[in-house]
Amino acid sequence: MTERFHDIALTVNGEAVRERVDARKTLVDFLREDLSLTGSHVGCEHGVCGACTVRLDGVIVRGCLTLAVQCDGATVETIEGVSDLGTIADLQAAFQARNALQCGFCTPGMLLTAAELLDAGAMPSREKIREHLSGNYCRCTGYHAIVDAVEAVARARAKHP
Amino acid sequence: MKPAPFGFAKARSVDQALALLSEHADARLLAGGQSLIATLNMRLSAPALLIDINGLDELTHIKVTGDTLEIGALVRHAQAERSGEIARHAPLIALALPHIAHPAIRNRGTIGGSIAYADPAAELPACLLALGAEIEIANATGTRTVAAEDFFTGLFETALGLGDMLTAVRVPVARPESRYGFAELARRHGDYALVGLAAAARHDCKGLRDVRLAFFGVDATPVRARAAEAAVERGEDAAAALAHDLNPDGDVHASAAAKKHLAGVLLRRVLAQLAEPRP
Repeated sequence: MTERFHDIALTVNGEAVRERVDARKTLVDFLREDLSLTGSHVGCEHGVCGACTVRLDGVIVRGCLTLAVQCDGATVETIEGVSDLGTIADLQAAFQARNALQCGFCTPGMLLTAAELLDAGAMPSREKIREHLSGNYCRCTGYHAIVDAVEAVARARAKHP
Repeated sequence: MKPAPFGFAKARSVDQALALLSEHADARLLAGGQSLIATLNMRLSAPALLIDINGLDELTHIKVTGDTLEIGALVRHAQAERSGEIARHAPLIALALPHIAHPAIRNRGTIGGSIAYADPAAELPACLLALGAEIEIANATGTRTVAAEDFFTGLFETALGLGDMLTAVRVPVARPESRYGFAELARRHGDYALVGLAAAARHDCKGLRDVRLAFFGVDATPVRARAAEAAVERGEDAAAALAHDLNPDGDVHASAAAKKHLAGVLLRRVLAQLAEPRP
Protein backbone atom coordinates (compact mmCIF):
# COMPACT_ATOMS: atom_id res chain seq x y z
CA MET A 1 0.00 0.00 0.00
CA THR A 2 3.00 2.26 -0.18
CA GLU A 3 3.30 1.92 -3.95
CA ARG A 4 3.81 4.62 -6.48
CA PHE A 5 0.86 3.75 -8.77
CA HIS A 6 -2.71 3.58 -7.52
CA ASP A 7 -6.14 2.90 -8.99
CA ILE A 8 -8.59 5.68 -8.30
CA ALA A 9 -12.32 6.04 -8.86
CA LEU A 10 -13.91 9.46 -8.73
CA THR A 11 -16.66 11.56 -10.23
CA VAL A 12 -15.61 14.32 -12.60
CA ASN A 13 -18.28 16.70 -13.87
CA GLY A 14 -20.94 14.14 -13.06
CA GLU A 15 -19.24 11.24 -14.83
CA ALA A 16 -17.66 8.24 -13.14
CA VAL A 17 -13.94 8.00 -13.88
CA ARG A 18 -11.55 5.13 -13.15
CA GLU A 19 -7.85 5.56 -13.82
CA ARG A 20 -4.48 4.32 -12.66
CA VAL A 21 -2.34 7.26 -11.57
CA ASP A 22 1.21 7.97 -10.56
CA ALA A 23 1.09 9.33 -7.00
CA ARG A 24 3.15 12.35 -8.02
CA LYS A 25 0.58 13.55 -10.57
CA THR A 26 -1.27 16.65 -9.46
CA LEU A 27 -5.03 16.88 -9.87
CA VAL A 28 -4.76 19.60 -12.52
CA ASP A 29 -2.30 17.58 -14.60
CA PHE A 30 -4.57 14.53 -14.27
CA LEU A 31 -7.57 16.53 -15.48
CA ARG A 32 -5.68 18.02 -18.39
CA GLU A 33 -3.54 15.10 -19.52
CA ASP A 34 -5.60 12.02 -18.66
CA LEU A 35 -9.12 13.42 -19.09
CA SER A 36 -8.39 16.13 -21.70
CA LEU A 37 -10.18 18.72 -19.57
CA THR A 38 -7.92 21.61 -20.43
CA GLY A 39 -10.10 24.40 -19.06
CA SER A 40 -8.18 24.33 -15.78
CA HIS A 41 -4.86 25.98 -16.43
CA VAL A 42 -1.38 25.34 -15.11
CA GLY A 43 0.34 28.56 -14.16
CA CYS A 44 2.77 28.78 -11.28
CA GLU A 45 2.50 25.18 -10.01
CA HIS A 46 3.04 26.27 -6.43
CA GLY A 47 -0.31 27.56 -5.33
CA VAL A 48 0.16 31.27 -5.94
CA CYS A 49 -1.66 32.14 -9.17
CA GLY A 50 -5.03 30.37 -8.90
CA ALA A 51 -5.26 29.43 -12.60
CA CYS A 52 -5.70 25.75 -11.68
CA THR A 53 -8.70 26.33 -9.38
CA VAL A 54 -11.22 23.46 -9.43
CA ARG A 55 -13.95 22.26 -7.07
CA LEU A 56 -13.19 19.25 -4.92
CA ASP A 57 -16.16 17.88 -2.98
CA GLY A 58 -17.96 21.17 -3.48
CA VAL A 59 -15.27 23.65 -2.47
CA ILE A 60 -12.59 25.37 -4.53
CA VAL A 61 -9.03 24.10 -4.22
CA ARG A 62 -5.74 24.53 -5.99
CA GLY A 63 -5.47 21.80 -8.62
CA CYS A 64 -1.69 22.05 -8.40
CA LEU A 65 -1.62 21.53 -4.61
CA THR A 66 -3.82 18.45 -4.63
CA LEU A 67 -2.67 15.06 -5.87
CA ALA A 68 -4.90 13.04 -8.18
CA VAL A 69 -4.30 9.97 -6.01
CA GLN A 70 -5.90 11.84 -3.10
CA CYS A 71 -9.13 12.22 -5.08
CA ASP A 72 -10.13 8.55 -4.88
CA GLY A 73 -13.83 8.61 -3.99
CA ALA A 74 -14.11 12.37 -4.46
CA THR A 75 -16.28 14.59 -6.62
CA VAL A 76 -14.43 17.02 -8.86
CA GLU A 77 -15.95 19.82 -10.90
CA THR A 78 -14.06 21.84 -13.48
CA ILE A 79 -14.96 24.92 -15.45
CA GLU A 80 -16.21 22.65 -18.26
CA GLY A 81 -18.74 20.95 -16.00
CA VAL A 82 -19.84 24.12 -14.24
CA SER A 83 -20.24 25.90 -17.60
CA ASP A 84 -22.40 23.07 -18.95
CA LEU A 85 -24.63 23.17 -15.88
CA GLY A 86 -25.37 26.84 -16.59
CA THR A 87 -25.11 27.81 -12.93
CA ILE A 88 -22.61 30.59 -13.63
CA ALA A 89 -23.99 31.72 -17.00
CA ASP A 90 -24.82 35.13 -15.52
CA LEU A 91 -21.27 35.52 -14.21
CA GLN A 92 -19.77 34.48 -17.54
CA ALA A 93 -22.02 36.96 -19.37
CA ALA A 94 -20.99 39.73 -16.96
CA PHE A 95 -17.30 38.95 -17.53
CA GLN A 96 -17.87 39.21 -21.27
CA ALA A 97 -19.97 42.38 -21.09
CA ARG A 98 -17.43 44.20 -18.93
CA ASN A 99 -14.25 42.98 -20.60
CA ALA A 100 -13.26 41.23 -17.39
CA LEU A 101 -10.89 39.08 -19.40
CA GLN A 102 -8.39 39.64 -22.16
CA CYS A 103 -6.18 36.61 -22.70
CA GLY A 104 -8.49 34.39 -20.64
CA PHE A 105 -5.79 32.36 -18.91
CA CYS A 106 -6.96 33.25 -15.40
CA THR A 107 -10.67 33.26 -16.26
CA PRO A 108 -11.67 29.67 -15.35
CA GLY A 109 -10.07 30.11 -11.91
CA MET A 110 -11.54 33.56 -11.48
CA LEU A 111 -15.03 32.31 -12.34
CA LEU A 112 -14.94 29.36 -9.93
CA THR A 113 -13.48 31.50 -7.15
CA ALA A 114 -16.01 34.30 -7.68
CA ALA A 115 -18.83 31.73 -7.89
CA GLU A 116 -17.98 30.46 -4.40
CA LEU A 117 -18.26 33.99 -3.03
CA LEU A 118 -21.55 34.62 -4.86
CA ASP A 119 -22.96 31.28 -3.69
CA ALA A 120 -22.32 32.34 -0.09
CA GLY A 121 -25.28 34.66 -0.60
CA ALA A 122 -24.61 37.97 1.14
CA MET A 123 -24.01 41.12 -0.94
CA PRO A 124 -20.21 41.44 -0.79
CA SER A 125 -18.49 44.82 -0.70
CA ARG A 126 -15.93 45.62 -3.41
CA GLU A 127 -13.26 45.22 -0.75
CA LYS A 128 -14.60 41.76 0.13
CA ILE A 129 -14.64 40.80 -3.56
CA ARG A 130 -11.01 41.89 -3.93
CA GLU A 131 -10.06 40.00 -0.80
CA HIS A 132 -11.80 36.86 -2.02
CA LEU A 133 -10.10 37.03 -5.42
CA SER A 134 -6.70 37.95 -3.94
CA GLY A 135 -5.35 34.46 -4.64
CA ASN A 136 -6.16 34.59 -8.35
CA TYR A 137 -3.76 36.50 -10.54
CA CYS A 138 -4.81 38.36 -13.67
CA ARG A 139 -2.02 39.98 -15.65
CA CYS A 140 -4.30 41.67 -18.22
CA THR A 141 -7.21 43.51 -16.70
CA GLY A 142 -5.91 45.24 -13.60
CA TYR A 143 -8.84 43.57 -11.79
CA HIS A 144 -11.26 46.54 -11.89
CA ALA A 145 -13.43 45.01 -14.60
CA ILE A 146 -13.43 41.66 -12.80
CA VAL A 147 -14.56 43.26 -9.55
CA ASP A 148 -17.21 45.20 -11.54
CA ALA A 149 -18.52 41.97 -13.07
CA VAL A 150 -18.70 40.10 -9.77
CA GLU A 151 -20.36 43.05 -8.08
CA ALA A 152 -22.93 43.37 -10.87
CA VAL A 153 -23.85 39.69 -10.60
CA ALA A 154 -24.10 39.88 -6.81
CA ARG A 155 -26.45 42.84 -7.15
CA ALA A 156 -28.54 41.15 -9.83
CA ARG A 157 -28.82 37.93 -7.84
CA ALA A 158 -29.82 39.87 -4.72
CA LYS A 159 -32.64 41.48 -6.72
CA HIS A 160 -33.80 38.30 -8.45
CA PRO A 161 -32.70 35.39 -6.31
CA MET B 1 8.05 21.65 -12.38
CA LYS B 2 6.74 18.24 -11.40
CA PRO B 3 7.43 16.28 -8.21
CA ALA B 4 10.05 13.55 -8.14
CA PRO B 5 8.48 10.07 -7.87
CA PHE B 6 7.30 8.90 -4.45
CA GLY B 7 5.24 6.15 -2.89
CA PHE B 8 1.85 6.95 -1.44
CA ALA B 9 -0.18 5.47 1.39
CA LYS B 10 -3.54 6.62 2.65
CA ALA B 11 -3.62 6.16 6.41
CA ARG B 12 -6.85 4.74 7.88
CA SER B 13 -6.04 5.69 11.48
CA VAL B 14 -3.56 7.76 13.47
CA ASP B 15 -1.98 4.55 14.75
CA GLN B 16 -1.50 3.27 11.23
CA ALA B 17 0.03 6.60 10.12
CA LEU B 18 2.43 6.51 13.08
CA ALA B 19 3.38 2.91 12.32
CA LEU B 20 4.14 3.83 8.71
CA LEU B 21 6.14 6.85 9.86
CA SER B 22 8.25 4.71 12.17
CA GLU B 23 8.83 2.08 9.47
CA HIS B 24 9.90 4.49 6.73
CA ALA B 25 12.73 6.87 7.52
CA ASP B 26 12.16 9.08 4.49
CA ALA B 27 8.39 9.51 4.84
CA ARG B 28 6.38 12.72 5.20
CA LEU B 29 2.87 13.23 6.46
CA LEU B 30 0.54 14.83 3.92
CA ALA B 31 -2.20 16.92 5.51
CA GLY B 32 -3.63 19.89 3.56
CA GLY B 33 -0.53 19.86 1.39
CA GLN B 34 -0.69 23.59 0.75
CA SER B 35 3.00 24.03 1.52
CA LEU B 36 4.27 20.46 1.11
CA ILE B 37 2.96 19.89 -2.42
CA ALA B 38 4.37 23.26 -3.53
CA THR B 39 7.80 22.18 -2.29
CA LEU B 40 7.38 18.79 -4.03
CA ASN B 41 6.45 20.54 -7.28
CA MET B 42 9.57 22.68 -7.03
CA ARG B 43 11.65 19.66 -5.95
CA LEU B 44 12.72 21.44 -2.80
CA SER B 45 11.73 18.22 -1.07
CA ALA B 46 11.63 14.67 -2.44
CA PRO B 47 10.49 12.18 0.20
CA ALA B 48 10.32 8.47 -0.66
CA LEU B 49 6.83 8.10 0.80
CA LEU B 50 3.86 10.37 1.48
CA ILE B 51 1.46 9.24 4.19
CA ASP B 52 -1.88 10.91 3.50
CA ILE B 53 -3.70 11.67 6.75
CA ASN B 54 -6.65 13.44 5.11
CA GLY B 55 -9.76 11.60 6.12
CA LEU B 56 -8.63 10.79 9.67
CA ASP B 57 -11.82 11.93 11.39
CA GLU B 58 -10.21 11.50 14.79
CA LEU B 59 -8.18 14.67 14.07
CA THR B 60 -11.01 17.00 12.96
CA HIS B 61 -12.56 17.88 16.32
CA ILE B 62 -12.99 21.29 17.92
CA LYS B 63 -14.02 20.75 21.51
CA VAL B 64 -14.03 22.46 24.89
CA THR B 65 -12.99 20.52 27.96
CA GLY B 66 -13.04 22.57 31.15
CA ASP B 67 -10.93 25.68 30.57
CA THR B 68 -9.31 24.36 27.41
CA LEU B 69 -10.26 24.45 23.75
CA GLU B 70 -8.75 21.63 21.74
CA ILE B 71 -8.42 21.84 17.98
CA GLY B 72 -7.60 18.68 16.06
CA ALA B 73 -4.61 18.91 13.74
CA LEU B 74 -6.67 18.19 10.64
CA VAL B 75 -9.20 20.98 11.16
CA ARG B 76 -9.04 22.99 7.97
CA HIS B 77 -8.74 26.78 8.06
CA ALA B 78 -12.18 27.14 6.47
CA GLN B 79 -13.74 24.83 9.07
CA ALA B 80 -12.07 26.86 11.83
CA GLU B 81 -13.34 30.10 10.30
CA ARG B 82 -16.93 28.81 10.44
CA SER B 83 -16.55 27.43 13.95
CA GLY B 84 -18.67 29.07 16.63
CA GLU B 85 -16.53 27.37 19.29
CA ILE B 86 -13.37 29.04 18.00
CA ALA B 87 -15.09 32.42 17.63
CA ARG B 88 -16.36 32.20 21.20
CA HIS B 89 -13.49 30.50 22.99
CA ALA B 90 -10.43 31.45 20.92
CA PRO B 91 -11.23 34.88 19.47
CA LEU B 92 -7.56 35.55 18.72
CA ILE B 93 -7.46 32.62 16.30
CA ALA B 94 -10.73 33.80 14.75
CA LEU B 95 -9.15 37.25 14.21
CA ALA B 96 -6.11 35.72 12.53
CA LEU B 97 -7.78 33.19 10.22
CA PRO B 98 -9.05 35.58 7.50
CA HIS B 99 -5.48 36.78 7.00
CA ILE B 100 -4.22 33.31 6.13
CA ALA B 101 -3.71 32.91 2.39
CA HIS B 102 -6.78 32.73 0.12
CA PRO B 103 -10.14 30.94 0.14
CA ALA B 104 -9.01 28.00 -2.01
CA ILE B 105 -5.99 27.48 0.25
CA ARG B 106 -8.07 27.81 3.43
CA ASN B 107 -10.50 25.19 2.12
CA ARG B 108 -7.66 22.68 2.14
CA GLY B 109 -4.91 23.86 4.51
CA THR B 110 -4.99 22.59 8.08
CA ILE B 111 -4.34 24.12 11.49
CA GLY B 112 -1.87 21.36 12.35
CA GLY B 113 -0.06 21.76 9.06
CA SER B 114 0.44 25.50 9.57
CA ILE B 115 1.84 24.91 13.04
CA ALA B 116 4.10 22.02 12.03
CA TYR B 117 5.43 23.90 9.00
CA ALA B 118 6.31 26.86 11.27
CA ASP B 119 6.80 29.52 8.64
CA PRO B 120 8.31 32.48 10.51
CA ALA B 121 5.80 34.86 8.89
CA ALA B 122 2.74 32.68 9.54
CA GLU B 123 -0.15 33.79 11.72
CA LEU B 124 -1.07 30.71 13.75
CA PRO B 125 2.32 30.00 15.36
CA ALA B 126 2.30 33.56 16.75
CA CYS B 127 -1.29 33.12 17.99
CA LEU B 128 -0.31 29.96 19.86
CA LEU B 129 2.64 31.75 21.43
CA ALA B 130 0.44 34.67 22.50
CA LEU B 131 -2.17 32.31 23.94
CA GLY B 132 0.31 30.10 25.80
CA ALA B 133 -0.97 27.10 23.87
CA GLU B 134 0.07 23.49 24.20
CA ILE B 135 0.85 21.26 21.26
CA GLU B 136 0.09 17.55 21.40
CA ILE B 137 2.55 15.27 19.62
CA ALA B 138 2.16 11.55 19.07
CA ASN B 139 4.58 8.90 17.86
CA ALA B 140 4.70 5.11 17.82
CA THR B 141 5.71 5.00 21.49
CA GLY B 142 3.24 7.46 22.98
CA THR B 143 1.97 11.02 23.27
CA ARG B 144 3.58 14.12 24.74
CA THR B 145 2.69 17.78 25.12
CA VAL B 146 4.98 20.70 24.33
CA ALA B 147 4.35 24.34 25.25
CA ALA B 148 4.23 26.76 22.30
CA GLU B 149 7.19 28.58 23.89
CA ASP B 150 9.32 25.47 23.42
CA PHE B 151 7.81 24.22 20.16
CA PHE B 152 9.17 26.73 17.64
CA THR B 153 12.92 26.17 17.77
CA GLY B 154 14.28 27.77 14.59
CA LEU B 155 13.62 28.65 10.98
CA PHE B 156 11.01 26.08 9.90
CA GLU B 157 12.24 23.99 12.83
CA THR B 158 10.08 22.68 15.65
CA ALA B 159 10.09 20.22 18.51
CA LEU B 160 8.73 17.59 16.10
CA GLY B 161 11.25 14.83 15.54
CA LEU B 162 11.44 11.79 13.28
CA GLY B 163 8.33 9.68 13.64
CA ASP B 164 6.34 12.47 15.34
CA MET B 165 2.90 13.67 14.33
CA LEU B 166 1.28 16.86 15.60
CA THR B 167 -2.20 15.69 16.62
CA ALA B 168 -3.86 18.68 18.33
CA VAL B 169 -3.38 22.12 19.82
CA ARG B 170 -4.89 23.24 23.10
CA VAL B 171 -5.52 26.86 24.08
CA PRO B 172 -6.98 28.31 27.27
CA VAL B 173 -10.57 29.44 26.65
CA ALA B 174 -11.30 33.16 26.65
CA ARG B 175 -12.61 34.60 29.91
CA PRO B 176 -14.69 37.77 30.34
CA GLU B 177 -11.54 39.72 31.30
CA SER B 178 -9.50 38.37 28.36
CA ARG B 179 -8.45 40.84 25.67
CA TYR B 180 -7.07 40.05 22.23
CA GLY B 181 -5.53 41.96 19.38
CA PHE B 182 -4.29 41.01 15.95
CA ALA B 183 -2.82 42.99 13.07
CA GLU B 184 -0.49 42.35 10.19
CA LEU B 185 0.90 44.20 7.22
CA ALA B 186 1.21 42.44 3.88
CA ARG B 187 1.66 43.83 0.41
CA ARG B 188 -1.50 42.10 -0.74
CA HIS B 189 -4.27 40.38 1.18
CA GLY B 190 -3.35 36.76 1.88
CA ASP B 191 0.37 37.14 1.36
CA TYR B 192 2.72 36.21 4.16
CA ALA B 193 3.05 39.19 6.46
CA LEU B 194 5.94 41.65 6.33
CA VAL B 195 5.34 42.05 10.05
CA GLY B 196 2.50 40.85 12.23
CA LEU B 197 1.43 40.85 15.85
CA ALA B 198 -0.83 38.53 17.84
CA ALA B 199 -1.58 39.66 21.39
CA ALA B 200 -3.41 38.46 24.46
CA ALA B 201 -3.91 40.10 27.84
CA ARG B 202 -6.16 40.20 30.88
CA HIS B 203 -7.98 43.38 31.82
CA ASP B 204 -8.47 44.39 35.44
CA CYS B 205 -9.33 47.64 37.22
CA LYS B 206 -5.72 48.84 36.99
CA GLY B 207 -5.26 48.14 33.30
CA LEU B 208 -3.79 45.30 31.26
CA ARG B 209 -2.11 42.32 32.98
CA ASP B 210 -0.42 39.15 31.68
CA VAL B 211 0.28 40.90 28.39
CA ARG B 212 1.69 38.58 25.75
CA LEU B 213 2.85 40.16 22.49
CA ALA B 214 3.91 37.67 19.82
CA PHE B 215 5.44 39.23 16.71
CA PHE B 216 5.88 37.28 13.50
CA GLY B 217 7.81 37.92 10.31
CA VAL B 218 10.62 39.58 12.29
CA ASP B 219 12.78 36.59 13.24
CA ALA B 220 13.31 32.88 12.55
CA THR B 221 10.39 32.06 14.84
CA PRO B 222 7.53 34.07 16.32
CA VAL B 223 8.95 36.08 19.23
CA ARG B 224 7.60 37.53 22.47
CA ALA B 225 8.31 41.25 22.95
CA ARG B 226 8.94 41.05 26.67
CA ALA B 227 10.23 44.58 27.25
CA ALA B 228 7.20 46.00 25.48
CA GLU B 229 4.91 43.66 27.45
CA ALA B 230 6.35 44.96 30.73
CA ALA B 231 6.04 48.55 29.51
CA VAL B 232 2.36 48.05 28.70
CA GLU B 233 1.70 46.66 32.19
CA ARG B 234 3.50 49.63 33.76
CA GLY B 235 1.66 52.10 31.55
CA GLU B 236 4.90 53.21 29.89
CA ASP B 237 5.78 53.78 26.22
CA ALA B 238 5.63 50.26 24.79
CA ALA B 239 6.67 51.27 21.28
CA ALA B 240 9.93 52.70 22.67
CA ALA B 241 10.55 49.52 24.66
CA LEU B 242 10.10 47.49 21.49
CA ALA B 243 13.60 48.55 20.37
CA HIS B 244 14.96 46.15 23.05
CA ASP B 245 12.82 43.25 21.85
CA LEU B 246 13.11 43.08 18.10
CA ASN B 247 16.14 42.83 15.88
CA PRO B 248 14.71 41.91 12.48
CA ASP B 249 16.77 41.17 9.41
CA GLY B 250 15.74 42.95 6.26
CA ASP B 251 14.53 40.86 3.34
CA VAL B 252 13.46 41.47 -0.26
CA HIS B 253 10.13 42.88 0.95
CA ALA B 254 11.26 45.33 3.62
CA SER B 255 14.48 46.58 5.18
CA ALA B 256 15.28 45.94 8.84
CA ALA B 257 14.55 49.61 9.62
CA ALA B 258 11.20 49.44 7.84
CA LYS B 259 10.24 46.27 9.73
CA LYS B 260 11.14 47.88 13.04
CA HIS B 261 9.07 50.92 12.17
CA LEU B 262 6.11 48.79 11.06
CA ALA B 263 6.31 46.70 14.24
CA GLY B 264 5.79 49.92 16.22
CA VAL B 265 2.84 50.87 14.05
CA LEU B 266 1.25 47.45 14.60
CA LEU B 267 1.90 47.63 18.33
CA ARG B 268 -0.03 50.89 18.62
CA ARG B 269 -2.92 49.43 16.60
CA VAL B 270 -3.03 46.25 18.66
CA LEU B 271 -2.80 48.11 21.97
CA ALA B 272 -5.88 50.06 20.90
CA GLN B 273 -7.66 46.74 20.25
CA LEU B 274 -6.59 45.40 23.66
CA ALA B 275 -8.05 48.47 25.35
CA GLU B 276 -11.50 47.77 23.88
CA PRO B 277 -13.92 45.54 25.77
CA ARG B 278 -14.71 42.36 23.89
CA PRO B 279 -18.15 42.13 22.29
